[in-house]
Amino acid sequence: MCTYLTERVAITARAKGTPGWLKVTDASVYFDHPAELPAEHSLNIDLLAPEKGPSARVAVELDPAAALGLARAVLEMLASAPQGLLPDDVAAAARAHLAGAMG
Amino acid sequence: MYDAMQAETVTITGHGGDEIEAYLARPLVVGPIGGVVVIHHMPGYDPETREITRRFAAQGYAAICPNLYSREAPGASPDDAAAAARAAGGVPDDRLVGDVAGAAKMLRSLSSSNGKVGVIGYCSGGRQAFLAACSLPLQAAVDCYGAFVVNTPPPESALRISPLLDRADQLACPLLGLFGAEDGYPSPEEVAELDRRLSELAKPHEFHSYEGAGHAFFAVNRPSYRPEAAVDGWRKIFAFFGTHLQG
Repeated sequence: MCTYLTERVAITARAKGTPGWLKVTDASVYFDHPAELPAEHSLNIDLLAPEKGPSARVAVELDPAAALGLARAVLEMLASAPQGLLPDDVAAAARAHLAGAMG
Repeated sequence: MYDAMQAETVTITGHGGDEIEAYLARPLVVGPIGGVVVIHHMPGYDPETREITRRFAAQGYAAICPNLYSREAPGASPDDAAAAARAAGGVPDDRLVGDVAGAAKMLRSLSSSNGKVGVIGYCSGGRQAFLAACSLPLQAAVDCYGAFVVNTPPPESALRISPLLDRADQLACPLLGLFGAEDGYPSPEEVAELDRRLSELAKPHEFHSYEGAGHAFFAVNRPSYRPEAAVDGWRKIFAFFGTHLQG
């Protein structure tokens, strides 16, 4: 099915695609048909620079287990970063997620 | 046998008078021949759908596939356009009907046209083919595993569409439905309910559900491809369009 399940997140980030680095301001996270991954559904992430148009996009299509592994790795990295290098509330939230929903 | 054909990107007038991109493929014959509007799946106006369009031309039809995402992403690659369109909630139903109307009008304007136009759609396009057939003067319609004709999209979905069962009484042409028995969207129950409703309304229709096939069994570039179902499905499509669009 075409799920159209989407989470849209405002972000501050840079993403490299073609032809180079993009100042991305939005991310779409969705579970739907991939364009390229040989699977019927996948967890897809688009990093977007909407003011530059729809082609200003860095995209990944992950199988569900890979997506979970990636999410866990991101949380573990944020939770274990040396104190003072990132906001305390971000580190605390990462630790809480790891202990709770993903524990 | 003379079998030359021409395939090219063209501009047509779609919903609201908008100029939209479309892919036109046709045999180079005097005619008269029938026409087919191909409605692409959610992943967009991709090379595989344009190949389907050429397949109809090779079978003797003038076929056109409008790029339903022309407005969101003019000139973008099909995957970028599909991402932009899905982020916007998909194609609004009234716009779809207007774009298919424009595509059908373009086909009927060809000097080779016999005036008959059918529509076929895959995945989200299956539902849209049904919608078009309930809204426009067409001569045949094929729904390939379109979901949400009967059921409502889940509340967490960003897809802003409604079921179409209440429009079934407006179905104005014969309908061929091709489904996977292992598909969940549409489920066999959903297909059975649509079949039952069309029978109640005495609407000419022919449904086939393939065992061992799920969603998107026609998609040759996806693991969902099921050659036996697809080969038989293509035979049924050409027999159906042969009956209703030729002559």
